[in-house]
Amino acid sequence: MTVTVARSVPEALQALAADPPPEVLAGGTDFMVEVNFARRRPEAILAVSRIDALGQWQQSDGQLRLGAGVTYTQLLEPPLAELAPALAQAARTVGSPQIRNAGTIGGNLVTASPAGDTLPVLLALDAEVELASAQGTRTLPLEAFLLGPKRCARRPDELLVAVRFPAPFGRQEFVKVGTRNAMVIAVASVCVVLDPGTGQVRIALGSVGPTPLRARAAEAYLAEQLVPQGTGPTATSAFELRDGDAALAEVRRLVAEAAQPIDDHRSSAAYRRHAVGVCVARALERLLRPAPGAALGEVAA
Amino acid sequence: MRYELVVNGTPREVDSSWLGESLLYVLRERLGLPGSKNACEQGECGSCSVLLDGRLVCACLVLAASAVGAEITTVEGLGGEGPEDLDPIQRAFVEAGAVQCGFCTPGLVVAVHDLLRRVPQPSEWEIREAISGNLCRCTGYGRILDAVQRAARAFAEQAVTR
Ligand SMILES: Cc1cc2nc3c(=O)[nH]c(=O)nc-3n(C[C@H](O)[C@H](O)[C@H](O)COP(=O)(O)OP(=O)(O)OC[C@H]3O[C@@H](n4cnc5c(N)ncnc54)[C@H](O)[C@@H]3O)c2cc1C
Ligand code: FES
Ligand code: FES
Repeated sequence: MTVTVARSVPEALQALAADPPPEVLAGGTDFMVEVNFARRRPEAILAVSRIDALGQWQQSDGQLRLGAGVTYTQLLEPPLAELAPALAQAARTVGSPQIRNAGTIGGNLVTASPAGDTLPVLLALDAEVELASAQGTRTLPLEAFLLGPKRCARRPDELLVAVRFPAPFGRQEFVKVGTRNAMVIAVASVCVVLDPGTGQVRIALGSVGPTPLRARAAEAYLAEQLVPQGTGPTATSAFELRDGDAALAEVRRLVAEAAQPIDDHRSSAAYRRHAVGVCVARALERLLRPAPGAALGEVAA
Repeated sequence: MRYELVVNGTPREVDSSWLGESLLYVLRERLGLPGSKNACEQGECGSCSVLLDGRLVCACLVLAASAVGAEITTVEGLGGEGPEDLDPIQRAFVEAGAVQCGFCTPGLVVAVHDLLRRVPQPSEWEIREAISGNLCRCTGYGRILDAVQRAARAFAEQAVTR
């Protein structure tokens, strides 16, 4: 067995060009559990946690580009937490401080667990992933990257380099249900992203299907139902639902219908279907209130 | 296979038969540092908590051979040898009666070090959050919370008298 500690992306890509390619190790929070329990016996390991560039992020032209090595702890710190608030909410629910210090967004993506907490958020943000190999770089929409439970479109010779999405973008909420507050894999989760500019809504569901799912019927219905409150300089970015509570109930129904849950040791399918409806209703209730900064803005005007 | 790890400021030669060993295994079985405990080997219990380049992590989830060149601090690196040389956090745990079987204690001491370095005067909720990855089967956590508050006060007094 060999272990290579890469210091740069080109160095990592060169190592990955070997046949067979080494297995990539980032924070180890998924990988090492498998090694410790002899479920994974790698011949060659490429450690990427010392590649500084992978742990960095850039914002330009309304896009945020997060290096694959960005940790949950980084996502919780300003200004990232303000640029991607739902991602920070999701990161806040992951594991424990120890896990959030080591675990990376790239590891969450490549593990491609249906319960991966960043995945519904990235799906609702229409994120794209950048994959690099000695052959070159390709970009895939997240929906094309996530293929099934623990399956993604990454080739063994590829390094996941970054994930990109618009930021800052609209109002966002992430809600997760599990058995306790810390150290819990999601039973169900929902991310809702609302663009006050266009009235566009995107809803993604976690832990209720082979991959995170978009609830497109619910999105279309909501787009009809959302009425902005006030216009012009006094606009608060608050919304109302045209049909009030009846609309909320319909969204819950459409979201539950979009879910494809299974029974497993964490939950029954029936509970998951119920929980995902509760999550979306909570997310919407929060989003329909004025944006936290809106009131201040009005006073200043 | 040989490699070198820097543990508690000292370079240590590691002679491993298998490069897939976790840092926890290497600390305990190869370097004779049994302070970090092994209860789950899957990141759930926190009893193996160490600082890796100053970040609190589970040693069971670190591939030892990938930690070459990193600075590793274990519970052995925090206090001194004898009962008189306890650091203020360890002393607070003893004084508050926060130790029963003691299995979780080393991991908690390292986690609390990390907390008080970042947040010298934590609120109760900050303390609860900071130790949410450290399981204790004995105490019910009440005295552990006392101990952390005691340690925070001790640090504050130390800072004043300095
Ligand atoms: C106690 C505990 C609690 C947890 N709680 C949660 C939780 O609440 N929510 C949640 O979503 N997850 C949770 N996890 C799972 C895990 O922490 C996350 O999936 C994490 O994001 C994995 O990232 P990592 O950097 O540790 O990846 P690693 O374990 O290093 O790697 C994971 C996989 O991704 C591949 N990989 C990693 N980076 C790259 C890259 N740049 N290019 C190509 N391949 C790559 C690896 O080869 C491996 O197959 C938990 C894990 C533990 C141990
Ligand atoms: S032994 Fe590492 S967290 Fe339990
Ligand atoms: S004192 Fe026994 S596990 Fe905490």
